[in-house]
Amino acid sequence: MAKQTIKEVLLNPIFNNNPIGLQILGICSALAVTSNLKTALVMSIALTLVTAFSNLFISMIRKQIPSSIRMIVQMVIIASLVIVVDQILRAYAFGLAKQLSVFVGLIITNCIVMGRAEAFAMQNPPLLSFMDGIGNGLGYSVMLIVLGVIRELFGAGKLLGFEVLALAKDGGWYVPNGLLLLPPSAFFLIGLIIWGLRTWKKNQVEAPAFTLAPQVANQEVH
Amino acid sequence: MSNKETTSRTLMVALAVSLVSSIFVAGAAVSLKPIQVENRQLDKQRSILAIAGLGEAKLSGAEVKKLFGERISAKVVDLNSGDYVDQFDPTTFDPLKAARDPKLSAELAGNEDIALIKRRERYTTVYTVEQDGRLESLILPIRGYGLWSTLHGFIAVKADLNTVVGLGFYQHAETPGLGGEVDNPKWKGIWPGKQLFDDAGKPVIRIVKGGVDPASASAVHQVDALAGATLTSNGVDRLLQFWLGEQGFGPYLAKLRAEGV
Repeated sequence: MAKQTIKEVLLNPIFNNNPIGLQILGICSALAVTSNLKTALVMSIALTLVTAFSNLFISMIRKQIPSSIRMIVQMVIIASLVIVVDQILRAYAFGLAKQLSVFVGLIITNCIVMGRAEAFAMQNPPLLSFMDGIGNGLGYSVMLIVLGVIRELFGAGKLLGFEVLALAKDGGWYVPNGLLLLPPSAFFLIGLIIWGLRTWKKNQVEAPAFTLAPQVANQEVH
Repeated sequence: MSNKETTSRTLMVALAVSLVSSIFVAGAAVSLKPIQVENRQLDKQRSILAIAGLGEAKLSGAEVKKLFGERISAKVVDLNSGDYVDQFDPTTFDPLKAARDPKLSAELAGNEDIALIKRRERYTTVYTVEQDGRLESLILPIRGYGLWSTLHGFIAVKADLNTVVGLGFYQHAETPGLGGEVDNPKWKGIWPGKQLFDDAGKPVIRIVKGGVDPASASAVHQVDALAGATLTSNGVDRLLQFWLGEQGFGPYLAKLRAEGV
């Protein structure tokens, strides 16, 4: 594989190799925390920081980690970072920490963090790995923010808690779509975004693993 | 096999990583603790204000402190006798800590422990809202086990000691979207106006499945259960039975009724 530059690792994951859009990682939390923009933003920042720093630390000690325990070492580092992020949120953004509840802790199990640690940080130097973490965090964030904006705007008529569309129940004109506040709506939206992304960037379309075989007579089956 | 794959090397790396990580985590936890404790206290006060119908959930920290100081007074009650006691400072007394202290609490027998809290403290803090020296509402701490976690909350009643002003939980870890809906303002909105006791003073408030029939005579004692959260609903139901019953605030409420508040 050719050597990657900082610019590439930073910007590629945003559209060309989006962790949610192309790698289809981190879907669970993308469904859970995007019902409003504020929690989506906090989750984005938290995940970006965790991915970046776990990549940095793992890359720093990558030559020391024996391969027999590398997964556990990665997990320990990731888990420590997540606990610290959780503690900081509890101290400085208590209300948000309560809303995000279990999902901050679940960053530990977010495939993006572990995926980047194993796929990138174990092989690459610290600075490049750090940037790769930021880049993938940004890719995740872009997706979360798009989902958060759509879901909060059309689901509740608000953005960041401020009213944008006057709701019909308060004498306005907009009847909110309640489905958008429920997790499945994010699933549909992610599907639409992936469709859009692959129409725009044709090289992201995966070749089908099998082609439909024509129906043949019995003796030709084998 | 390179030399980093030897057993002793593996153990060393594992030990070093664990050590550094634990120092890191412990350092963050200890240094941030004071701010977190204050946040929790504020959150509790905010929830008391909201449950008593005095303040919205969006008040800033300073507003909460001010309003709480002006309107709410805390008192420590002996749950066994129902009397107020003054050997503890109500602003710092921590009933949850007392519940773990063998001198200040008693273990509950299995059949008494319907709220699944294991130990009940002898003294607890109640909060009152008074207007011109007359009791306006009384706020009682309640807690009990739901599905995953102990729910900690308050219930506020009017001066008749029967009509609910509000109910809410400030700390729990129930499933978001299912049991976590105990925080849903719509569900909490059902509670005000419900009656806790029958004419004989027995706690009869129940959480019922399948909706409350508004025409039924007992509708005033019934609250609709949370959809998809039977065990959390049962937990809330049982913890109310416990805290409003003889093991909980029964003696205290009886005393208040007898003295005429």
